[in-house]
Amino acid sequence: MAAANPSVFLLMVNGQVESAQFPEYDDLYCKYCFVYGQDWAPTAGLEEGISQITSKSQDMRRALVWNFPIDVTFKSTNPYGWPQIVLSVYGPDVFGNDVVRGYGAVHVPFSPGRHKRTIPMFVPESTSTLQKFTSWFMGRRPEYTDPKVVAQGEGREVTRVRSQGFVTLLFNVVTKDMRKLGYDTGPADTQGIAGPSLPQGIPR
Amino acid sequence: MNPREEKVSIITEESTANDEDAEVGRREKSSKVQRQQRKKQPPRADSEEMVTGKAQPGQEEPEMHLLSMPARRGPRSLPPIPSMSRTGFAEFSMRERLREKLQAARSKAESALLQEIPTPRPRRLRSPSEKELETEFGPEPCKESQATSHRNDSQSYSRVKFHDAVQKIKSKPQAPPGFPSAEEAYNFFTFSFDPEPEEPTVKARAKNRDGTHQEEEGEEESPAGGMNKMVLNVIARAGTPQKDEEELLGSQDAKDFLLGLDPAPDEFVVVRPAEYEGTHTWLEKEKELLFFPSRRAVPTWKKLPENVQPRFLEDEGLYTGARPEVARAQQNVVENRLLRQEPERKWFGDDGRILALPSPIKPFSSRPRPLAQEPSAQAGLETHYKKAVKYVHRTQHVVGSADPPGSFQLDIDISGLIFTHHPCFSREHVLAAKLAQLYDQYLARHQRSKAKFLTDKLQALRNAVQTGLYPEKPHQSLDATQKTIKEYKSEIRETRKLRDAEQEKDRTLLKTIVKVWKEMKSLREFQRFTNTPLKLVLRKEKVDQKADEEAYEAEIQAEISELMEEHTEEYEQRLGEYRASYQQWKAWKKAQQKAKKKKKKQAEEHPEGEAEEELYPGEEPVKPIPPELLDHAVLEQQARERAAHSRRRPGEPVLLPELSLTGSVTPDDQCPRAEVLRREDVKRRSVYLKVLFNSKEVSRTVSRQLGADFCVHFGQIFNLQIFNWPESLTLQVYETVGHSSTTLLAEVFLPIPETTTVTRRAPVEEVEFSSSQHVTLDHEGVGSGVPFSFEADGSNQLILMTSGRVSHSVAWATGDNGTPLIPPPSQQSLGFRSALKRADAISSIGTSGLTDMKKLAKWAAESKLDPNDPNNAPLMQLISIATSGESYVPDFFRLEQLQQEFNFVTSEELNRSKRFRLLCLRSQEVPEFRNYKQIPAYDREILEKVFQDYEKRLRDKSVIETKDHIDTHRAIVAKYLQQVRESVVNRFLIAKHHFLLSDLVVEEEVPNMSILGLSLFKLAEQKRPLRPRRKGRKKVTAQNLSDGDIKLLVNICRAYDIPVRKPPASKSQQPARSSRTFSDRHAASPGAHSPPHSPDTPLSQVSVRPFVEVSFQRTICHTTTAEGPNPSWNEELEFPFRAPNGDYSTASLQSVKDDVFINIFDEVLHDILEDDRERGSGIHTRIERHWLGCVKIPFSTIYSQARIDGTFKINTPPVLLGYSKERNVLLERGLDSVRSLSEGSYLTLFITIEPQLVPGESVREKTSDLLKKFDSQEDEKLLQATEKFQAECALKFPTRQCLTTVTDISGKTVFVTRYLKPLNPPEELLNVYPNNPQATAELVARYVSLIPFLPDTVSFAGICDLWSTSDQFLDLLAGDEEEHAVLLCDYFLFLGKKAWLVMGNAIPEGPTAYVLTWEQNHYLIWNPCSGHFYAQFDTFCPLKSVSCLIGPDNIWFNIQQYDSPLRINFDVTKPKLWKSFFSRSLPYPGLSSVQPEELIYQRTDKAAAAELQDRIEKMLKEKIMDWRPRHLTRWNRHCTSTLRHFLPLLERSQGEDVEDEHRAELQKQLGDYRFSGFPLHMPYSEVKPLIEAVYSTGVHNTDVPNVEFALAVYIHPYPKNVLSVWIYVASLIRNR
Repeated sequence: MAAANPSVFLLMVNGQVESAQFPEYDDLYCKYCFVYGQDWAPTAGLEEGISQITSKSQDMRRALVWNFPIDVTFKSTNPYGWPQIVLSVYGPDVFGNDVVRGYGAVHVPFSPGRHKRTIPMFVPESTSTLQKFTSWFMGRRPEYTDPKVVAQGEGREVTRVRSQGFVTLLFNVVTKDMRKLGYDTGPADTQGIAGPSLPQGIPR
Repeated sequence: MNPREEKVSIITEESTANDEDAEVGRREKSSKVQRQQRKKQPPRADSEEMVTGKAQPGQEEPEMHLLSMPARRGPRSLPPIPSMSRTGFAEFSMRERLREKLQAARSKAESALLQEIPTPRPRRLRSPSEKELETEFGPEPCKESQATSHRNDSQSYSRVKFHDAVQKIKSKPQAPPGFPSAEEAYNFFTFSFDPEPEEPTVKARAKNRDGTHQEEEGEEESPAGGMNKMVLNVIARAGTPQKDEEELLGSQDAKDFLLGLDPAPDEFVVVRPAEYEGTHTWLEKEKELLFFPSRRAVPTWKKLPENVQPRFLEDEGLYTGARPEVARAQQNVVENRLLRQEPERKWFGDDGRILALPSPIKPFSSRPRPLAQEPSAQAGLETHYKKAVKYVHRTQHVVGSADPPGSFQLDIDISGLIFTHHPCFSREHVLAAKLAQLYDQYLARHQRSKAKFLTDKLQALRNAVQTGLYPEKPHQSLDATQKTIKEYKSEIRETRKLRDAEQEKDRTLLKTIVKVWKEMKSLREFQRFTNTPLKLVLRKEKVDQKADEEAYEAEIQAEISELMEEHTEEYEQRLGEYRASYQQWKAWKKAQQKAKKKKKKQAEEHPEGEAEEELYPGEEPVKPIPPELLDHAVLEQQARERAAHSRRRPGEPVLLPELSLTGSVTPDDQCPRAEVLRREDVKRRSVYLKVLFNSKEVSRTVSRQLGADFCVHFGQIFNLQIFNWPESLTLQVYETVGHSSTTLLAEVFLPIPETTTVTRRAPVEEVEFSSSQHVTLDHEGVGSGVPFSFEADGSNQLILMTSGRVSHSVAWATGDNGTPLIPPPSQQSLGFRSALKRADAISSIGTSGLTDMKKLAKWAAESKLDPNDPNNAPLMQLISIATSGESYVPDFFRLEQLQQEFNFVTSEELNRSKRFRLLCLRSQEVPEFRNYKQIPAYDREILEKVFQDYEKRLRDKSVIETKDHIDTHRAIVAKYLQQVRESVVNRFLIAKHHFLLSDLVVEEEVPNMSILGLSLFKLAEQKRPLRPRRKGRKKVTAQNLSDGDIKLLVNICRAYDIPVRKPPASKSQQPARSSRTFSDRHAASPGAHSPPHSPDTPLSQVSVRPFVEVSFQRTICHTTTAEGPNPSWNEELEFPFRAPNGDYSTASLQSVKDDVFINIFDEVLHDILEDDRERGSGIHTRIERHWLGCVKIPFSTIYSQARIDGTFKINTPPVLLGYSKERNVLLERGLDSVRSLSEGSYLTLFITIEPQLVPGESVREKTSDLLKKFDSQEDEKLLQATEKFQAECALKFPTRQCLTTVTDISGKTVFVTRYLKPLNPPEELLNVYPNNPQATAELVARYVSLIPFLPDTVSFAGICDLWSTSDQFLDLLAGDEEEHAVLLCDYFLFLGKKAWLVMGNAIPEGPTAYVLTWEQNHYLIWNPCSGHFYAQFDTFCPLKSVSCLIGPDNIWFNIQQYDSPLRINFDVTKPKLWKSFFSRSLPYPGLSSVQPEELIYQRTDKAAAAELQDRIEKMLKEKIMDWRPRHLTRWNRHCTSTLRHFLPLLERSQGEDVEDEHRAELQKQLGDYRFSGFPLHMPYSEVKPLIEAVYSTGVHNTDVPNVEFALAVYIHPYPKNVLSVWIYVASLIRNR
């Protein structure tokens, strides 16, 4: 059947949004979504998700652990527009308003296997000090019109951001038929190549 | 097991447990009580008891228990069970024995008591704090420590003491009674613990004491007590470790014995008064037992052994180290304590202090400090200046070979220095120097002997010529010989000249030498001393005179002959020249003469022409002079003269000068004073040289005295170890005079040696130097730079500068193995530039060198490129190719020469790839492919048809196709529109990629004070729970939607004034509502024109049964059928919505062109029962539906408005056959006053989309955003003013849109008033009603409304609102409300009306533009798209709100409270109601209009219109037949022709006042037909809307078998191709 002559390749991503390091904030939750090109289509799983609210751990690490699972499968004909995961972290400010604490994006790893990624997060800055004060006071910090903005390069030059913290992600990537379509992303794939042959010169 | 042992262990357990949680739970209470009780008990009792307990286990211990335990029993109520069980097993057997022992003890105590009684002690009364202190802190730890020390070492002090005490007690029986200590001790044990208040219980206890004994033991659990117990037991065990087993039984016995004595104390207690121990005794006892270490310093002698002086090691110079810091008092305490405990003093050192290790704590952190000697921490952080190291140097070593760096050596040998002039030179020296110089010259010349060489050469050449002239070998061609001879001859000439010059030079030099020598000699004679040892000897060499003469003569002869030859040659040449020029001259002469003759003639004829001719007489050639032949004698004369001048005369001896330094110098004493001074001065001077390498001094020579001969010999070799390639090598000559000053005389630049010169092979070279210093000396020295003269009279002055020569040699050193220590080629670089030079051939030899292969090769050879270096391989290859001859120099320059390597397919192949093409097109955002998803992975999967549309579009760009449009003009316009659209879209796409911050980041605006204040007020506002607030529906962004998610909800509420059926036979000529004249409409007088009610209107009869059918995207739903002309349905219809191509993006949704058609039908039931007889048994009817009218609402309006709610006028055809506007009489009365203001039927609707879609940005917002991005030609000030104005307006009334600037069709921002200007309507319209301005206005409005409507949102998909000028609008023949309104307004202005553009909201359009006119006394609101007009107070006016008015010279913003046209005042002169843009502060600058001066209208081609009419009719007929696929469609020709005649009438009357005549006519012609049909009227744009309209009427939907159809089309052409289309559709059924 089609397996011999595939017309699409599949990319299965599962993993989790493991934890975050936001030294100043607590009680955060995160949203994730995928941004991908026009040649990509999700075939299974959830493209978007909102995690639970987590509090800081009591130990030294002060980690915010979500362990929020990601599980999605894409099909595509073209590696252009490879999926990116866009994360946005929200949490309450001093007045209890829900404000954004960070945006970040990273490409889903290209090569199959287990990958850990730590994404630095950032938020857009207010345009002026007065704005900053009022936004702090009103609890309406500047936000991106669409979190997916962080996955694209266009138009970013008009924004100014401040870095906030880190989010650690774990990906398990499985691909199918990429090699058949001529895309080699694997790490020194041993498929088809026999293992390291024995040295020839040794007499037996 | 031994019970006692067991007990001990239990107690230990319990006490430990008690220690841990002494104050928990129940025990807390009990322990408190115990403590209170125990306070009375002296603490030492325990210790005493302890000791005694150990010493005499058999006697005292049990007793103590007996006395103390009951006291503690009181508040406790522990069950005695555990103890009972324990005591049970051996107690009874022992009782007897114990009793006996107790008896004995009792008698003893009795006797003691008798002694004690007389001195009863006062009761102890101590402050609780004191007790506390004692019981808890003081004694117990002390005791404990004592106890432990007991256990550990038997030598402890207290132990000794206790031993004593024990001994005392032991010895008590022996001691006589009354011994104080024994007695006291006894008293203590017997009485001190007797608690009075507990007596009864004690008694009670006594009875079962034997049973409770163990229990008491167990109960002794108070913290302190427990502790004591434990300690005691431990002691007991530790003290008797070996005899444990043996003695256990004994002790047990003793205990039992003691227990047996229990009852005895009872009796004593009863009789005695209260025991009291005095404070004094108490303290004394305490003193005996307790030890409080003093805080005072211990005298040193106490701490040291006797007779030992303390020695202080530190003073003796030994290192002791710093003792740890301990408080003095604490130290004293410890010392005291140690002294008390340990008599050995082993804790004390020699200096009488406690031994202590030096403090282990270091004063500083262990990390070594960066700088120990500098205490400040900053010292380590200080930066040190380090000179930058030259980068080149380092890389050189990296790049260079494995040679160790610095092994390169340059040897500079400075052998000496000779001054050719020096200030201290005497005159003689000057001459001597000159002589020496000349002699050197002479020697050099002599060595070269150029003259001789040239002479030989001349001879050889002459020989050659000789042989050439008379060849011995005639095989050579004559020409070649001639040629060579000629060459030889010319060479002979040259050589001879050179030789003569050389010989002359030689001779003059010799002469000068002799002359200088003579001068010197005369000088020496004159000054009578000699300064220089110079001596010139001229040697004469005899020559053979005859031979010499012969040679001389021969030479001269040869020369003469040659000269002759030369001259003849020259002569001939000149002669030839002469002849030629002479001929020329002659010719000219002749011509001149002829001309003269002519002139004469001419002069006679035309005297005035003469002057002209003479103006250009031409260059008169000089008459050539014939050359003269030179005489032989003259030549000979010349040759001889020259020879005499330059050559040695024949026979003259050859002079050979020899310069020697053999002359004697006159000693100092014979010299005059000035000379002596000079010599002394010379001696004082010394000279040294500095060696500068790369302009840095590296070494200097020793300073050497200047010799009398002005020579300095250094003979020093400097070995320079170098790192850098030498860039310059300089010697500086310094002169020191005496000890004072050092002056720099001169700098000498030495050449850098070739890499081939190594030390031993280097020649000594001389470099000249000179200085510009001026020195004047007061002695014989001539000075420097100062004029002096040899002559006595001072004439013939000379100026000499200090100068000299340095002899040196510079060479590369050689290493041990003979290898030259030259930096490798990589280092042969002069700094950075030369490093480049090495690496880059271009910078070294210039770009031209690249083409010149020889230069390149030369450079390669020079720079010693390693041919084996792979880096140089291409270059080497190039050079080898170039030098081998087969040079290939490309004649082009390639920018990316490796590009081809990276192309994985050829570009043709790439272009052929469908996939690549698809990807390219998508990335270019070509509309067809913009949202193309999942481009297949392989070419083969891409179908060719994907590109078909696109290619077709590309092809059609230029081709105008008329298939869809029929009318060519429309086709052109459509094409043009398409192009405009594309260009705007492109502009928009560019603008879309230009982001503003607000596009990316949502940020709250900084609130201003008013908003803040408002929000503060809101906080204080009362809560009104009974006032519900409308909650907005949840909005859905369109991205994640798919087909079926969106539904369109249409709620049909009710309708008013539906036309009612007219019985076909009725002859009542009721005028239709629409037949009112213009004047009635606005000046409504309802009563006057209310139609006469036909008497035959039966109230009972069902006049009409209307139902509503809504179709959207070909989905059709209909309501139930209601009855009557004012039906109420209240039904909700639901339609699925499908976006085009499944693209639910905002832009896509905005461009949805679909309309919602709401058609109202009358359901007519026809009884078609054939047979009347069956009427009883069955009903056989046919339902027919008759179209009454429709409402059309575009989806884009619904989308942008989110909901549509209101009452709409139903578009009813002007003529509805069989129907009339019947009026309910009852209704008429009540509502007529309102209703009659308008004609027509109305439908109340509510339409919305579920779920609510985010309407994208409304067009306005988007425009304002885009406006910033688009450019403008308006004045910057004006633009700023508009922004300000808009901001102000938006602040006050955010919902009212304020329009100041709009975007024109080229995408530029234009101020809106520029659009308003009087423009002429078509002439023929004006001529229709020349006397009726109102009729003309209506006609004009109708004309405008006939221009097709095309919303901008559709044409420019969600981009922006474009305003075209009126001529563009008329050319395009499409536009939205604004264009219509602008045109209408302009026409009205032309007609002399006061007209404004009204911006506001209307139903169903939403934000729109209307036109407002001021008639004589009232305002009229015109809908430009429909041509209808309304009075200001018309309730059915679709304009619902007014936000601003725009006139030709100003903009007024509505700042009234209300915006409904019914409630506002249109008087713009009132500044309180209308805020004007141009005011006094900003006067109207007189903006020029963007509109054309005049509109030019072409008459529309009538024939074309007629043709179009036929084509449309044909097409519609075909369509109707298509829509009826299962039925036969018959066309009634007769009827059609009737209708066709009727339509022009309709057009003429604009659909009014014709119905009745028409009806009558139809009646007459088609009397036997039941007729239902109506004319449709539309502006013409395309065929498609016409078809849609016909389809929506549903005329074709009859399935009556014998139905016939009639269809007529009429097109009325208006100027500028504006076409009014009438379609009459009818169905006919023959009446039987």
